[in-house]
Order: sequence, then C-alpha cells, then structure tokens
Amino acid sequence: MTKFSPLVEYKATQGQYQLLPFKFEPLDDHDVVITNYVGEFAFISREDLETTLSKKLDPNSKIYSLLRSRHFIKENGDEASIELLGLKTRTKYSNLRNFTNLHIFVVTLRCDHSCQYCQVSRQSENKVAFDMTIDMAEKALAIVFRSPNPAIKIEFQGGEPLLNFDLVKHIVLSAKEINETQNRDLQFVITSTLTLVTDEILLFCKAHKVYLSTSLDGPEDLHNRNRPRPGRDSYERFVEGLERTRGVLGFDAVSALMTTSPASLTRAKDIVDEYLRHGFDGIFFRHLSPYGFAIKTKSYGAYNVDRWLKFYEEGLDYIIELNKQGVRFTEQFAALMLTKMLTSNDPGYVDLMNPSGAGIAAVVFNYDGDIYASDESRMLREMDDTTFKIGNLFTSSYEDVFTNEVLLGALEDSFTLSAPMCSDCAFEPWCGADPVYHHAMHGDVLGRKPESEFCKRIMGVVKLLLERMKSDPQVKTIFMRWANRC
Amino acid sequence: MLMLSGRVVRKSDVLSDIKEPRLYSLSTNPYLPLPLRGKKAFLARDSSPVPTGFGHYFVLPSASSEGFPPDKTTGLGLEFDYFGDGDVVSLLPDGRIRSLFRANSNHNSILLTEQCNHYCLMCSQPPKRVDDSWLLTEAFEAIKMMPRETKEIGFTGGEPTIYGDDFIKLLHHTKSWLPQTSLHVLSNGRAFADEAFSKAYAQVEHPDLMVGIPIYSADASVHDYVVQSKGAFDETVRGVLNLKRYGQRVEIRVVIHKQTCEGLSELANFISRNLLFVDQVALMGLEHIGFARANIDSLWVDPIEYKDQLSEAVKILTSYGVRTAVYNHPLCLVNSDVLPVYVKSISDWKNEFAKECEPCLRKSECGGFFSSGIRNGYSQSITPFL
Repeated sequence: MTKFSPLVEYKATQGQYQLLPFKFEPLDDHDVVITNYVGEFAFISREDLETTLSKKLDPNSKIYSLLRSRHFIKENGDEASIELLGLKTRTKYSNLRNFTNLHIFVVTLRCDHSCQYCQVSRQSENKVAFDMTIDMAEKALAIVFRSPNPAIKIEFQGGEPLLNFDLVKHIVLSAKEINETQNRDLQFVITSTLTLVTDEILLFCKAHKVYLSTSLDGPEDLHNRNRPRPGRDSYERFVEGLERTRGVLGFDAVSALMTTSPASLTRAKDIVDEYLRHGFDGIFFRHLSPYGFAIKTKSYGAYNVDRWLKFYEEGLDYIIELNKQGVRFTEQFAALMLTKMLTSNDPGYVDLMNPSGAGIAAVVFNYDGDIYASDESRMLREMDDTTFKIGNLFTSSYEDVFTNEVLLGALEDSFTLSAPMCSDCAFEPWCGADPVYHHAMHGDVLGRKPESEFCKRIMGVVKLLLERMKSDPQVKTIFMRWANRC
Repeated sequence: MLMLSGRVVRKSDVLSDIKEPRLYSLSTNPYLPLPLRGKKAFLARDSSPVPTGFGHYFVLPSASSEGFPPDKTTGLGLEFDYFGDGDVVSLLPDGRIRSLFRANSNHNSILLTEQCNHYCLMCSQPPKRVDDSWLLTEAFEAIKMMPRETKEIGFTGGEPTIYGDDFIKLLHHTKSWLPQTSLHVLSNGRAFADEAFSKAYAQVEHPDLMVGIPIYSADASVHDYVVQSKGAFDETVRGVLNLKRYGQRVEIRVVIHKQTCEGLSELANFISRNLLFVDQVALMGLEHIGFARANIDSLWVDPIEYKDQLSEAVKILTSYGVRTAVYNHPLCLVNSDVLPVYVKSISDWKNEFAKECEPCLRKSECGGFFSSGIRNGYSQSITPFL
C-alpha cells in the first residue's frame, strides 16, 4: 500500500546534524569513550569519532541513531534533546540548592586504638584537652539548624566517640528537641570501633534511631595489625561488639568501612571474604589519605596509586565473580561512581562533588571549638595547617562561617568545569573537586593534575569500571544494579 | 469474542424516526422502584411478566416478545446475550446498537474519535478524516449513565486530544459524575507539548488519572516512521516532560514488532536516563488488526525471536526502579525472568487461545492471544506447558 512512507523518509539527509557538547578519552588503540555534560556515555571507535566530528556520519547507521538518542548530536528541530539535557543538568546539581546535609561532631580525639594510619586520634586520659564541651555542642547545634537542608545528618566522630558518650547523648537529645519545631529528616550516626559498646549505649541508640558505622580492615591478623590496642584484641572485641550491636539495633543498623594499609595490598580476597563472613552486603575499598599519622609514620608513602589500583582491581574482580555466582555484594566506591555514570541522579557523595562538598555539603565541628570545611581539613590541622579552618563556635556567626573567603575561594578555584585539565577531561561529569587534598599535596587548591594521585586514582577506577562493563554484558547488568542502590 | 456493535433485530416504528443516537442504561431488575424506571431500559431475557414504566425495552431471543409496549421496544439478536444490568448502550438511527459500557467488565474504553494526527503502521483503529464529534457528545451522555461505583474507564481514539478544550471539559465532566472512577486516557502525547494544554489538563485535578503515551524507539526517526509523522518523537517527549512538570501520571506504551524489537533495550536505556519519572512502562505485543494486517510483512516478528531483547529491556527498566509491565504475550513465548512483570491483560472481549494451547496446564496464568491473532496468524512457536 502506498499510503505509508518508508523509513528513509524519516531520516535526515547526510550531514544535517549538529554536535552537542561532548568530550572523549581513549580506552585503547581502537576505542574511545565519549561523555556529555550530564555523564551519559558511549563507546565508539576512533574512526567513528572522526566521522562524527567531520559531520560525515551516515544517518542510517546504528552509531548515528545511538549518538542522537544519547544526546551527542542533534538534528534541526530536535528540541527535546536540549530540554532533556537542561533537565538532567538541573537534576545533577539539584543537591546544591539544599546546602549542608552532613554535620560532623568530633566529640573527642581520645581513642583506645593507636592505628598507624590514623589521621588524628590520641592516646590520652586528658579529657579537658581533647573532648568537646557541652557549651561547644550547643553552639554547633545552633549552626546545624541554620542549614536550609530538609535532611540533616549528624555524624559523631573521634577519636572514639564512645569515650565521650555523655556528650553524644546530650547532642542527640538536644537536636531532637530542637527538631520538634524544625521537622527536618534528622539522622544520627556514630563512627565507632565498637570495642567499647555496652548494652546501655545500644539501648540509647535504639531508642533514638542512631546508626553505627564501624571499621573492619580484614581477617583477624590483618585487622589486629592495622588497628593495635592494648591487649591486641581489637578484632575479637569488634566481632563481639558487632554481634551485640546487631542484636539490639538490627542487622542493617551497622555498616563497616575498611582502610587499605600496606599490609592489606596482597589480601583483597581475604578482606572481602571477611566481610562476607560477617554478613555484610558490601565493602568500601578505601585508600589511605595523606594526612596526620599516615604521613608521620610513612604508611602513606608505603604504596602509590598504581599499587592501590592493582589491589582495587583484584578486589573488584573478585566481587564481580561473587555476583556472577548469585551473591549480592557491592563495592561501594564503584557503586557511587556507577550512580554518576549510569543514572541521571547524583549520589551526593561528599568527597566527590563539584563544586567541592567541603563546607557546603559537609562541615566539621572540631573538639576544640573550631569549625573546618571537611574531615580532611581538620586532619590537616593536626599537621599544624589551619588553612581550612572556616570559623570558631565562640567567635563566628553562621554567615561568617559559610561566606568565609577561604571557603568560597577554594570552592571557586577548584570548580572542575573551569579548572585546567578538568574542564576538558572526559571523566569530569563523574568526578569532583578536592581542594583540600590538592592544597595538602601541591600547595594550592587546584593542584597539578598530571602529578595528582587523586586524579590518577579516580581515572584509574573509572577506566576499570568502563573496561569491565564494555567487555562483559553480565558485568553491565551487575553494575546497573549497584548504580541504583545509592 | 464479543460483538460490541451490530444490527438490532427489529426496532419499533417510533425509533425509525430518530435522528440522533439514543443512549440507554440497562436494567434487568423487574422490581426496580418506579421512580428509577423512567431513565432506564429494561433488558428482557426470559418470559416473566413485563414490568411497566421503563423508558425503553430490549428483548433478547430467549424472552417472548408478548406484552411489551410496541413503541418502546427493540429486539436483539443472540449476539447481545451478554448485555447485563448497568450496561450502557447506544441505539443509532440506522438501526445499529453499540455497547458503550459493560458493568461487569474492567476493560471499558470509550472511543472519542477516529480522527488522528498519526497514521501508525500497526494502528488497530485506522483513523478516518470525518467529523465524528457526535462520539464526544455521546461520551458526555454515557458518563452520566455509568454506575457511580465504576472502578475504571478509558478514553481512546483516534487521538482524544484533537478536541482541545472540549477534551478538557470531558475530563472535568467525568471527574464530576464519576469521582471514584480511575480514568485512563490513550494519547500520542503531542498535544501536551503545548504547555498551556498540559496546564489545563493538570488543572482538572482528577484524583486518579493516567495518560498512556506511546514511544516506540529511542531513535526519533524510527518512532516517526512507525507513527508516520515527522517530528512526532520530539513533540511527544516534550509532551511527556510537560505532563510530569505538572505532576501528571504518565504511562509509556511500547508496541513491539519488527520495527521496534531491535531497539528495545536502547529504548529502555533512554527511558531510564531521561524519563525515569514516568509512572509505568508497558511493553506490548502486536495486535493483528487494522493497519497491522496491511503492513504485516514489515511488522510481524515471532515473539520468540525477540524474547531476549524483551528480557534485556525488562532487566534495565526494573533495575532503575521503573514500574514495568509486559502485556499481550503468550506465556510460552517469554523468558521466565519476565514473569515478575508479566500481566494477563488482553481485554476480555478479545482474548482467545489457539488450538495448540488446549492441553496447556498454565492457561489460567497466560495472557493468551488477541482474537485477531487467532484469526489472522500467530506464532508457530506456541508450546503448551505440560
């Protein structure tokens, strides 16, 4: 019948398309990954890239169809693609509007552990010198509730926060009281080794819905080696504390983090197995940060990014294998990256945001009453660098803290869309700014990207993730599931 | 298969004079209180005494025609034996009768027009370029006659939104007369690219309204080709965005055939990346009727051949948390990973099984076939579960 027109009638004529903004990065000799401003991507050959750029792409080809539907090219009259790109950009940055969510209270620097890589903690009985006071806590809470964010998370850190649990209790109760009229979505988390948990502490946590975040570095020998405490029983006490905590608060009310020490590097599989054994459904492979004791004890310099990436790859591949065998287990850093790569939602991961999350997504109230832009900022302070001190609880107003020139300057100067080598990096849509790290290592908030270990680490992880999903559709399915967990 | 319209056996003389269709709400209750009878038509199925006072009488062959007032009586053939209490029918001047609403069915769709600005390759209701706005007038009437407790009705076409403001008026009217009834509209979505129209639609503030909009491919050219209209994809997507901007519920409907099955997973990616906020995605098999028969060579693909693409699309959509449903597919032609979203959906009046299905043990779980598929050809891969 002639009343129907053939497909070709609905195709554009050759060379009629326009390029939308995109960037690319070679993956191997043959292929590149191209990304647009909202983090959508496609794998194409170098040859197709060149054809695309010279506007010689055949409108009947699959690649043309793919690039048009993923908003890398548009035809005259395509208004929806521009509208969608705008919508996705707004969605990506929508968290900024809410401003600060995470408020970290360093209630004490004292700790029962003396971990080599720890950034800050002290073995001391001197409460006066290293504990936050009630007065400071009250002032900090006043600042917390000035945040316009409808969701507020208060995280207790240390040292070991359970050594100053009376103050934790006071802050939880006061915050809840204030919240009776504020009606925020209020969450509490205590970062603890769990070695000091008691039933009394747990019952309080249960009554006030306080979650616990803990550390598990791997099997007993590794954990005890990384995390020494008097009696060398860190692991034993962790296991006991974990069971006790889960028994009272519920199985999923405890999450664990690991830190990669030099001794961890050959143990990726053992570490994952240890997490499995304890019933965790995921792990966060954390590299060492160049702050505090990590630098003093030289453990930071004990391995470089390439070595860590090798460890990460080994761990990730083992976790992928587990998933293929039907075990649902996530590598959480990958999951955060994949949320950025595979969805239009931003996971709100404070350490990888643009503009940087320092000060605006998270803020730290230190034990001594000073206010810092991030957890790393207060660790720098323990190395006598107070650059990112943005206020003091006794002398600064809310406005002083958040319009502090040091903070705003650092955010602006490190903004990835205008930072040299970031702005034209294909992975920029998935990355973030880290002014504190670059200041610490390179002496300015921008840093020197070719030498930046931060940059190397993120690019390494991203390339690994891209490579794995490119070569194995089953991995893509697993990654899609991880991406939608956040 | 039920006959939804047909010729009446005999109509009274008075009726032959009517110029306009007349709508009747049927009652089978001879004891209906008198005040209620005037507005109702009595449906006589047996030879019980004739109740008086009804506005009209329809007589099935199983009833004797004795005793009915001749000026208000219409005889019906056996094919209308399924008529029942609460049904709404329309008697036309040319002596045909149409069922507009069946009270015991959950699949009531009101055809508002046969006009459309698309000309889809597989259209089951080929568009006509005639003024059929009497259908809209009829819909306004029919809504008033439907039982207040009706769970769900649909508005379909053609393209219902071609009426513009009058379509919005119908929505207001339906909300007023059937406030408890879910309303599902089938539209190609293009009218909603006009923000003012989307706004007017949203301002109806209907408590339970969903619009089903087709997007056939992530490739705009393929979509435009399937609906035979250049620029359709762009306008439809912008329509969906406007609807969601105004907080309206949208279902994306995908008919799977030879032109669309290959791009199914890329379409799932597109939806997950761009339209994650839609309320539901329906992946549907082809109905062998209307234009689909004329274009069968360019449309027909045995569902067994795209079952992996279907699985992949379902996997993507469900991973992203999109509510997904697979409609109009025989159970034996889909992979088992599709089952969590598999729906028995073909409207009761057009659902049948093939002869191969007779020994199948899972017929009660199966979506079966469109009657049109049974008549006009279906998959050779049907395998009964034994």
